Amino acid sequence: MRPKTKKILFSFSLLVFLFFYIPILFVIIFSFNDSKLGTVWTGFTLEWYGSLFQNKQLISATMNSLYLAVVTTIIATILGTLAALALHRYTFIGKKSVEFLFYIPVVIPDIVVAVALLAIYGLLNMSLGLNTAVPGHVAITISYVMLVVLARLSSFDSSLEEAAKDLGANEWQTFWKVTFPLIFPGVLAGALLAFTISLDEFVISFFTLGPGDNTLPVLVYSMVRLGVSPEVNVLSTIIIAIMFIVVFFVGLRMRKGGTAK
Amino acid sequence: MRSSFRKAYLLLSPSLFWLTLFLVIPVLFIAVISFTTNGDFGRIIYEFSTDAYSSAFSSLYAKVIWQSIWWALLATIVCLVIAYPFAYFIANAGKWKNILLLLVMVPFWTNLLIRLYAWIILLNNQGVVNNFLIKLGFIDEPLALMYSPGGVILGLVYGFLPFMILPIYSSIEQLDKTYLEASEDLGAGPVRTFLSITLPLTFPGILAGFIITFVPAISVFVVTDLFTGGKLLMVGNVIRDAFLVEMNWQLGAALSLLLMILVLLSLMIFMRFTSRKDRKLLI
Repeated sequence: MRPKTKKILFSFSLLVFLFFYIPILFVIIFSFNDSKLGTVWTGFTLEWYGSLFQNKQLISATMNSLYLAVVTTIIATILGTLAALALHRYTFIGKKSVEFLFYIPVVIPDIVVAVALLAIYGLLNMSLGLNTAVPGHVAITISYVMLVVLARLSSFDSSLEEAAKDLGANEWQTFWKVTFPLIFPGVLAGALLAFTISLDEFVISFFTLGPGDNTLPVLVYSMVRLGVSPEVNVLSTIIIAIMFIVVFFVGLRMRKGGTAK
Repeated sequence: MRSSFRKAYLLLSPSLFWLTLFLVIPVLFIAVISFTTNGDFGRIIYEFSTDAYSSAFSSLYAKVIWQSIWWALLATIVCLVIAYPFAYFIANAGKWKNILLLLVMVPFWTNLLIRLYAWIILLNNQGVVNNFLIKLGFIDEPLALMYSPGGVILGLVYGFLPFMILPIYSSIEQLDKTYLEASEDLGAGPVRTFLSITLPLTFPGILAGFIITFVPAISVFVVTDLFTGGKLLMVGNVIRDAFLVEMNWQLGAALSLLLMILVLLSLMIFMRFTSRKDRKLLI
């Protein structure tokens, strides 16, 4: 690249980063603002942090979010890993259609999944609760697990499995002693992805949760609809801070893993 | 072959079962609903009718559909224009590459609602920008910054820009640099090299970014909802209200189905123009 091009690109990218971070910065600043009425700075306070931690709604929403994310992750990881093994190992009739089916959840608008599930629940006269959000959460995460594990499998040396079999291991032993340990990083990455997607999912939860059950994103939505408030600032700041810590921790680990390879 | 067929489907059966039961059947069911008759209080009468589609294409909702397509398309194009040079810069940033990418990931993983809320703080009538402009004396009355098509597009761009950056970044990163050197050795200038080597080779990334940005942009309802309080509508708002407020499931189902067809078409186009290797750019 020419130095001049590089300079222009650098300034442009700096602007994009500012575009990303300036709004977030204001949320963080105003979470320490004394004024109850939003956006004029009146003084520093930690009051809102204190009051937020006594907010029962928030605590139950957080627990619900974690519960849903854990259940979703367990189911999606098992189902997605099995599917990846099948797609990696075998050529079979209908493989193309199966692959296409797995791409649908990646691109389908979440609102379509949400209203379709709501309609089915309505047809079956099911009452909505926390668990009625699980099918949708799993349906949109299976494919991500499958694709991540499949990527790991494709860089995997299948002669190791053959060696295990030649040495007398049966299929079950081969899987647990050879295949699984080798694809484990992929399974873990897929599980992490499923966990994060579920934790972040709003639209499907919004439609398929019972009226009394909130997850964190659904709670944030109902708070934000009421307008700017110190409590939303604080809640957002905490979530952003956690995100920063998680992303950087995972990122650093990945970098270390990368150099080790 | 026979035994591998059995084993393959044995491993696939749990996920196929789940996807069929909770994705395929529900979507087929709303396809059916969209052709039924709307009874009193949202009761579904199983008599064939195309009322939902005629009302979806009536002037009232057709306007919302075109508006959604137009805004989502515009936002996607703005994302592309911002994302390409930005991703190009990051991919060529040497040892800073990873850290810059992490800085993109933080907004990517922060909940959309929170990121939209951040703009509400800045742009609402008593927001930071309006207060600042009033204090400086540029304006007397607050400007309706959020309650406009421009505000909606800003929200869409801010919400979905990372979706465009990541696949383009991957495709630029995977670019075989020897092609660029070869092009230069053969006497092509930087512009020519970019147009005839870099751009075509990173096209799968652009296409993937286009789809995964456009799909959420056209179906989202929270941007219009939170920015304009429901004064400006996109398809997502109409679907939500049809199901939850007006109890007109037929209309909501018809619009969902149209959205679904649009998405499947773009997925088929993507699969047609890319190789198997490029498909992982979608995630």
